[in-house]
Amino acid sequence: MKQLIIYFLRMGLCAIKGSRTYYVWMATLLIFIVMGGLEWAHDIREGLVVTNMSDHVSWGIGIANFVYFVGVAAGAAVLVVPAYLFHREDIKELVLLGEMLAVVAVSMCLLFIMTDVGRPDRLWHLTPGIGFLNIPSSLLSWDVIVFTGYLLMNLWIPGYLLFARYRGKKPTAMAYLPFVFLSMIWAVTIHTVTAFLLSGLGSRPFWNTPILAPRFLISAGASAPALLILLFTVIKRFTKLDVKQSVFDYFLYVLKIAMPINLFLVGCEVFQEFYTGSLHSASAYYLYFGLHGHSMLPKFIWTALTFNITATIIFLVPQLRRIPKLMYTACGLTVVGIWTEKGMGLVFPGFVPNPLGEIEEYAPNAGEIILCVGIVALGAFLYTAMAKITIAIQTGELRMKGSEPEAPAPEPAE
Amino acid sequence: MKKSLPMFREPEASGGCGGGSCDSDGHEDHDEGRRDFLRMAAGAAAVGVAATATGCGGEKPDYEELLQKHYRVMTDDEKKRVFARLEAKTKALTGVTVHISDPQPLEGVHYAYALNLSHCNGNRRCVEACARENNLPNDPEMRYIRVIELDNGSQHLEKGTVHYAPEKVPQKGKFYLPVQCHQCDNPPCVRACPTKATWKEPDGIVVVDYNWCIGCRYCQAACPYHARRFNWVAPSIEPDRVNPNQGYLSNRIRPVGVVEKCTFCLHRTRNGRYPACYEVCPTGARKFGNLADPQSEVRKIVENKRVWILKEELGTEPRFFYFYG
Repeated sequence: MKQLIIYFLRMGLCAIKGSRTYYVWMATLLIFIVMGGLEWAHDIREGLVVTNMSDHVSWGIGIANFVYFVGVAAGAAVLVVPAYLFHREDIKELVLLGEMLAVVAVSMCLLFIMTDVGRPDRLWHLTPGIGFLNIPSSLLSWDVIVFTGYLLMNLWIPGYLLFARYRGKKPTAMAYLPFVFLSMIWAVTIHTVTAFLLSGLGSRPFWNTPILAPRFLISAGASAPALLILLFTVIKRFTKLDVKQSVFDYFLYVLKIAMPINLFLVGCEVFQEFYTGSLHSASAYYLYFGLHGHSMLPKFIWTALTFNITATIIFLVPQLRRIPKLMYTACGLTVVGIWTEKGMGLVFPGFVPNPLGEIEEYAPNAGEIILCVGIVALGAFLYTAMAKITIAIQTGELRMKGSEPEAPAPEPAE
Repeated sequence: MKKSLPMFREPEASGGCGGGSCDSDGHEDHDEGRRDFLRMAAGAAAVGVAATATGCGGEKPDYEELLQKHYRVMTDDEKKRVFARLEAKTKALTGVTVHISDPQPLEGVHYAYALNLSHCNGNRRCVEACARENNLPNDPEMRYIRVIELDNGSQHLEKGTVHYAPEKVPQKGKFYLPVQCHQCDNPPCVRACPTKATWKEPDGIVVVDYNWCIGCRYCQAACPYHARRFNWVAPSIEPDRVNPNQGYLSNRIRPVGVVEKCTFCLHRTRNGRYPACYEVCPTGARKFGNLADPQSEVRKIVENKRVWILKEELGTEPRFFYFYG
């Protein structure tokens, strides 16, 4: 017990101490976090009237971000699967950082929901036992369950492994491996349930399509590696942790598969919507071309499509993807493109037109954007601190006094 | 009469009567007091009683309210205490003494609505009577019933409008389609709710426990009839618009951040009265009654007229029928 307290204190210390760059980065994030927090306080004080949402478009940028970051959380599987199923040692060294990303992304998702509900003071109503969880009918209830499970699993696995490493002990396989395999399935589950949450609604023809769950999974498989390439490049640049080229090659390999499939699925949907041409395609018309003079979204979706197509070409053509600058650009385009396509491009048009044919457009206002930026900043803040601690433990910098690092981490190039 | 139905107003919008959301009865828009109920009470100082309520420390967190149990697991005593608390709160907010009752569903009753589209002329008296009966706020304007004006020959809802404002109704070549909660027998909203804060009563009414709803708005996304409304702001209602006859599950003043909806005026109908929209309709287009009673008017209409329901393909089984007769 005492050991554990000291461990946590030392982890805390490790997160506090850092270079100048580290402080500047964290302080910047902190400013955004505070701004987001103030905005949330404003929401609570005034009611959600301060947002641009309405009874017509009753979910906005918060839920759009939620949907996107579920994909990031599930994307951790991109690391977990090769590390544990295919025993890729180069990836195994990084898998904890992937699980941390899942923890942070899930926490962000929960925050996007918490800040979006009208009564955060009543969230305890979701606790089974003292509240009611509407199982099995409500997909939102299922989401609560799978998210909590995924969060706990991804806290436990790296938490356990790091503590073992800190003490110089060999981890017991039975204590974490079952959860590792469960978390692989669970990664698919969180995304599927979230897709079902939307696709199960007969009231919204735009979402009411079986392609939604596969599209979610594939787009997660596309955006997560792109994000991880950028993330690990930064980690490699600023820390002592070595990220081998083979890992980046692996991510590119995943991208080469996921990006074209993602485009294919978008194409399938576009075909069905526009060839059929039923009134149920109104939302798709609104998204791609505008509807009855309302055209807020087309510029965004076409930009996103252009981004995704450009990135796909770069990933597929060897001569292009070997140019680092182009490759990084393509990763950036993927992140932005998928975010737009899957976040606002999916959530907003579901509400336009409303079920009675009324058209009220929605675009987030400054306050809503500040709140979302605040949550993303909090995610980045947490991730930076957690990654710093993880790397310190993994490289043996942070270990229990008197303990020998049992299998010294492959010494990073100093 | 309202000329338009803007459901939502920019918070930055100034007070006064812009944007068509002003009450044409001539009430002033107390801009400052709009969202803060204490100042709201002070703002309505014309009602002297209200002033005494302002000192009662309503800003303290209300633990009793925070920890209140779900309606369906509360004992009668607990309910009584809750109703008393809510009555006091309404008094503090509006200065009006209200009575919150909890009429129970009647045995062997299954409410249904039938609406004769040949007679409806789009006058929207029902919209206003409903607002009055159910304590719906004017700022921002919230209405349960939407009347859609459509061109003869098409039911393409996108081509219709709820913002029609001619001198006289009905307009030539138009017909009018009022839509409110259809009290579905297979309600997607109830399925969606993660906390069981909304459910279907034995008499067919879909209700919400406004003190249990967490305000996630998933039910709004799930409703194919756009029947649910969210409280984007704290309640504000002019004292002379408060209907003191209130039901816990129906028309009591709703708190901020929760979803609400039409309940076929259950505080009236369970006491043998008709819904407000039915009573006010000057054309006789609205028919309401007990579908389980073979002698009732709605039952006869459903059995003998060629009735239809909105979006039958969704399988929601509405208890709201339309017919031409």
